[in-house]
Amino acid sequence: MKQLMSGNEAVARGLYEAGVRFASAYPGTPSTEILEELPQYKDVLYCEWAPNEKVAAEAAYGASMAGARSVCAMKHVGLNVAADPVFTAAYNGVGGGFVIISADDPGMHSSQNEQDNRHYAKAAKMPMLEPSDSAECLAFTRAAFEISELFDTPVLLRMTTRVCHSKSLVETGDRAEQPVKRYEKDIEKFVATPANAIKHHPQVEARMESLASYSDNCPLNYEEPGGGAVGVVAAGVAYQYAREAFPAGTGFFKVGMSWPMPISRIRAFAQTVEKLYVVEELDPFMEEALLAAGIACTGKSVIPPVMELNPQIVREAVFGCAPAVTEVGAQPAPRPPVLCPGCPHRGFFYTLSKRKDAVVCGDIGCYTLGSAPPLNSIESCVCMGGGFTVAAGMAKVFEQVGDERIVFGVMGDSTFLHSGITGACEIVYNGAKLIPCVLDNSITAMTGQQQNPATGRTLMGAPAPAVSIESVLTACGFGRVITVDPQDLGAMQAAVDEAVESVGAGIRTAIITKRSCLLIKGLPLERGLCRVDPEKCKACKMCTKVGCPSVYMGEEAAEIDAALCSGCTVCKQVCPFEAIEEVRPQTVGYF
Amino acid sequence: MDTMNVMLVGVGGQGAILTSRILTQGLIRAGFDVKMSEVHGMAQRGGSVSTQVRYGEKVYSPLFGKGAGDVMVAFERMEALRYAAFLKPGGLAVVNDYRITPMSVAAGGASYPEDAVGAMAEKFRTVAVKAGDIAVELGNARCMNVVLFGALARALGLTDLPGVDWEEVVRSVVPEKLVELNLAAYKAGLAAGIEN
Repeated sequence: MKQLMSGNEAVARGLYEAGVRFASAYPGTPSTEILEELPQYKDVLYCEWAPNEKVAAEAAYGASMAGARSVCAMKHVGLNVAADPVFTAAYNGVGGGFVIISADDPGMHSSQNEQDNRHYAKAAKMPMLEPSDSAECLAFTRAAFEISELFDTPVLLRMTTRVCHSKSLVETGDRAEQPVKRYEKDIEKFVATPANAIKHHPQVEARMESLASYSDNCPLNYEEPGGGAVGVVAAGVAYQYAREAFPAGTGFFKVGMSWPMPISRIRAFAQTVEKLYVVEELDPFMEEALLAAGIACTGKSVIPPVMELNPQIVREAVFGCAPAVTEVGAQPAPRPPVLCPGCPHRGFFYTLSKRKDAVVCGDIGCYTLGSAPPLNSIESCVCMGGGFTVAAGMAKVFEQVGDERIVFGVMGDSTFLHSGITGACEIVYNGAKLIPCVLDNSITAMTGQQQNPATGRTLMGAPAPAVSIESVLTACGFGRVITVDPQDLGAMQAAVDEAVESVGAGIRTAIITKRSCLLIKGLPLERGLCRVDPEKCKACKMCTKVGCPSVYMGEEAAEIDAALCSGCTVCKQVCPFEAIEEVRPQTVGYF
Repeated sequence: MDTMNVMLVGVGGQGAILTSRILTQGLIRAGFDVKMSEVHGMAQRGGSVSTQVRYGEKVYSPLFGKGAGDVMVAFERMEALRYAAFLKPGGLAVVNDYRITPMSVAAGGASYPEDAVGAMAEKFRTVAVKAGDIAVELGNARCMNVVLFGALARALGLTDLPGVDWEEVVRSVVPEKLVELNLAAYKAGLAAGIEN
């Protein structure tokens, strides 16, 4: 029976059916659920959360060298982190089939950019498949391993948010077990010295030629003749948009293997139509390949190069028919994402927001929301791990020019283990005068509560040794590591004051705030509740300065939404009139 | 039939994904091709969210754009305004007459619109439901989403679809402990889903 599956679930099923034995990833929207779906198959495969995407790619590549079918998965920016091993793997070739999954985010639903990772296939010279719905996610995943082994190359499976997170009907199959070829030493193949790489590069170029003719004959690329004057070349979810945007009688060339492009087949298709469109999200990747081959086509001169498409946008772009939009008389107020009620990060950012001399460099995670009003605390966010190192560069210049402001570098526990440790080394080694802060909420929170090396659990549910962030910082050379409960505003204030004084005295000092995210599954949590006494409230609005979604101003006094409040008491602690009372205390099993 | 375009909009954490799961499971049992699009990640943190469900004989795109929606279910009344541009002229809006104050209003600056339900009713066929009150009467504010599903089922005439026992679908999708509560929520929603 057909099941409704997300693209990510279908990829996971495809990995199982393809006989994959090793899967590694770092969580990142929209790719996260691929690995989250794999523990159900743990009897026949191993899956793990890696500390970062580069580790995931390297470990999966090692598993491939050892002869097993292996995979690593990541969001688009994760491939920037993993690019180093991926490019070399493309030169060396594989043992067991090796597939790299990149989940791009056109529209930036949950990302810092909308880079188009199809360019990685071209740059690293590896074949690429692009599924357009969940059934193709399963089928293309299986096909990717066949191509990887047939051509001795890593394969890029490129997805996008709407492919990952949309659901459509899928027919599942059985697992095809793959024998693991016994590993034999092969220095020339797997040792990437210049002497070997010089031999590999011409082989890679020859492989791309073979892959180009494979693409021309590949059943994942096919024509749907329309009998009309107009033809459309499309891949991925953009194909689905184009199918609805163009009228009946339009011919389609559906591209499933989009690198190398099936140029000869498309050239033949182009000759059957008078006008050829290329419909693709983001960059003119296919369009440029067609133009370079001398195939006339229309693409980005009409199709927007920014944000995700949909059938209405494509129709308007190509045919000029604007959708019928009804204007309503009232305007909604903005509702951006915010730190949850009871978020442990709130006390930290509230404390820093009161220091006018603080410069706060942030990072990627829930705590990026510390940049939002009314906290307005985080003032830069670049990439995973940048919280410490961007801060280090700023601090050096501040020191040179005599700027007395105090630089804080901020990141979470998972981000620290992802790429913050190198930044901690940078701060100590090069003597950058700043206060690195690890906001440890015991989970990888923003992507939906995944385990990491400091949580004491693996993806497959087994207990694991928990990395001590405090010990790591101490080992890096921080002379003072202050651990504090950020929900206790007095202690938080004292920790910041102590750290500022300590760094001023030349002692390398770091802060760890430690309190669990309330959304961790299975946490022995009793939600508490706070209430405003309207008799005591003077409507001074201090409680609204902590940026809690459950606190708002009523007609005459502040009010707390009982359905949202978790009883964290941060608002109570800032009230100058003792007008907020704790009706029921919050208890959390882990501090 | 033409493909039907449904959108569920609200605030992250209100349970729109469970509601869309009930809807899609029932539509599959009725023999439709179904596609849906969800939002995960950053957008879930108390921000505005939308989920789209499309069904028909053959559905290509999981997503539809402005002016294409047949039906909207708004889990929070101001969110109905935010996505109104996605509804077709004459489309149907099932609006939960329920307020969640956004940070932009709580922290000052922005103001919450006075009569969001009225503004929707002026332009669209609108069914206003006090799903919050109904859910609290049933004993658990969290079942508001299934009340809204009942109202949608009634307003859209889904209860007449052959081959689907919607109570059985609700039973199969919600957690076992909460089956009775959610069945009561579904029935209360059915009763409430009448155009004003």
